[in-house]
Amino acid sequence: MRTRMMLLSAAAMLAAGGAQAQMSDGVVKIGVLNDQSGLYADLTGQGSVWSARKAIEDFGAAAKGLKVEVVFADHQNKPDVGSNVVRQWYDVDKVDVVVDVPTSSVALAVNQITKEKNKVFLVSGAATADLTGKACSPNTVHWTYDTWALANGTANAVVKTGGDSWFFLTADYAFGHALERDTEAVVLARGGKVLGKVRHPFPGTDFSSFLLQAQGSKAKVIGLANAGGDTINSIKQAGEFGITAGGQSIASLLLFITDVHALGLKTAQGLVFTESWYWDLNDANRAFAKEFAPANKGNHPTMIHAGVYAAVTHYLKAVTALKSDADGAAVVKQMKALPTEDKLFGKGTVRADGRKVHDMYLFEVKKPAESKGPWDYYKLRATIPAAEAFRPLKDGGCSLVN
Amino acid sequence: MTWNRDMLAFLAFLALAIAAPAAVYPVFLMKVLCFALFACAFNLLVGYVGLLSFGHAMFFGGAAYISGHVVKVWGWPTELGILAGTACAALLGLVTGAIAIRRQGIYFAMVTLALAQMVFFFCLQANFTGGEDGIQAIPRRPLLGLLDIKNDLTFYYVVLAVFCAGFLVIYRTIHSPFGQVLKAIRENEPRAVSLGYRVDQYKLLAFVLSAALAGTAGATKAIVFQLASLTDVQWQMSGEVVLMTLVGGMGTVFGPIVGAGVIITMQNYLAGFGEWVLVIQGLIFVVVVLAFRRGVVGELMAWWRRRAGG
Repeated sequence: MRTRMMLLSAAAMLAAGGAQAQMSDGVVKIGVLNDQSGLYADLTGQGSVWSARKAIEDFGAAAKGLKVEVVFADHQNKPDVGSNVVRQWYDVDKVDVVVDVPTSSVALAVNQITKEKNKVFLVSGAATADLTGKACSPNTVHWTYDTWALANGTANAVVKTGGDSWFFLTADYAFGHALERDTEAVVLARGGKVLGKVRHPFPGTDFSSFLLQAQGSKAKVIGLANAGGDTINSIKQAGEFGITAGGQSIASLLLFITDVHALGLKTAQGLVFTESWYWDLNDANRAFAKEFAPANKGNHPTMIHAGVYAAVTHYLKAVTALKSDADGAAVVKQMKALPTEDKLFGKGTVRADGRKVHDMYLFEVKKPAESKGPWDYYKLRATIPAAEAFRPLKDGGCSLVN
Repeated sequence: MTWNRDMLAFLAFLALAIAAPAAVYPVFLMKVLCFALFACAFNLLVGYVGLLSFGHAMFFGGAAYISGHVVKVWGWPTELGILAGTACAALLGLVTGAIAIRRQGIYFAMVTLALAQMVFFFCLQANFTGGEDGIQAIPRRPLLGLLDIKNDLTFYYVVLAVFCAGFLVIYRTIHSPFGQVLKAIRENEPRAVSLGYRVDQYKLLAFVLSAALAGTAGATKAIVFQLASLTDVQWQMSGEVVLMTLVGGMGTVFGPIVGAGVIITMQNYLAGFGEWVLVIQGLIFVVVVLAFRRGVVGELMAWWRRRAGG
């Protein structure tokens, strides 16, 4: 009798302490890994750290009895630096989830380590569609965008409006190659043709010889398959060579609002590109930007920042539902089972291959006269519905889909 | 007498290295050991033959790619992968050395740098290296079919053994008659020639030895991080190994180990400062060159000698 009583009370105590005790070491630890000092620092960097903290605050983690911490590090866009940090985070610092990670080569390395250590990887910054394709993992969710969605959105629109001959200027690394490959496929499928391509070193500064080749190709459209500072420099230099004035147009396959800000509307006007989020689309986004800007040197949030916010929110929901963060694959499974809902991306789902599905938008950069002030840069040209925005599940070659 | 003192120092280092994983993260220690071996190999050339190579990254990074490729794609066992990397680095060293040792001083450095840049561009463009992605997810297969090196601690002791083997090879080389000739060449090459030594052959052999050991270090690092990337073949890596050797003490047996430890620790724990790490490294370099030119270990030994003498 006495033993039974003791067992019962012990069981009751365990049940009472449940919610917190099952978190590994009592804390959900989020590691934001991105570029803190280099060419992607503005579009990821501290802004992503702020967004992760904001998500925790808005989720009301403290009130729900969930202890959440944020750490961050700089991967300098080098896969070996990134993998070093992430190993140490998982093994020593007890980090449970890594977020953001721009630069595809670093993201692919983190993807693999996360799978090996059974943690969680929420991608917002990296673009390569391989993360939900041949490199897909049961521990990864790819949130904001990917090369397929960008290529599909922009190339479709441009070819449809008569831009049927292309020349690619591609950053010579995994991300650039993937973006070029996916865009080329769309251009060819729509009956367009690719007149040539040239690859520039990453990060590059002088694009003159590449731009001259592009100019000489007589292609109607010059597709820029690069990002960040590379895109800014190539658009600026294209302006100096009179490429747009000469009748060729530039399709920037990946452009962020911070890039447009750096370029200025005079140089950037008329560029067409695809994104998944813009701060001026609705009231909820505007409210987020209003809080974001003062904390981030006046910069407005990019879609990557919004993606970090939304991904962290959904992760916390899944962890709360499971009452545990210990098994990374189980948390991601829960994330896929729960429909997503947050104030920035609205309602959506996470697919079996780890792809988060939502609407994408085709934007055009405003003319200086149309802009009402700083950061008022985009005109919405079209909304690409979620069902068409991302690569069909069966085409990715992901082993989790059958 | 020297033998005994070095022996004691080595045993002290070994004891420290064996106990270290209790306090420090093993993957970090493995990284330090790989770079220490790389710096020791470099020091063999610059400290004992007086040849400043500015292209050692090609042996380090080249071997990393080779071992990564043979282990991942061809499915070779780990130990053969490391040996393959070493062998390829030695071969590359033979070719590079044969070209470079015909020149001296700055010209030697420039020839090695030029060849290293060629290797870099090859690695950037070749298919098997994966460009900017590098070779990722290199498997850690059981060593000799027995030791499970997926466990970081087990692998740490394997890396320690590899390091010690490399270190002892270098130590033996320096203290052999062959090493005496190398030092003679460093001090006065024309005189060594006049004594009838075929200087070029000695230099070439030292170059190949140094390249091979740098390759061992690079191949091991690739297995440790399961990654071979462009960072390893970039010219900055050649610069880093010069820095490590200078900070630790050029031409001292233990200097490169200390130098590698200092630089890697800095890179690891100051990573939060981002690009500023390079500025801090530059400052340290300037301080070392201006204030204690013999490096940490070199100054310590000089101080010891002064005390013993006085």
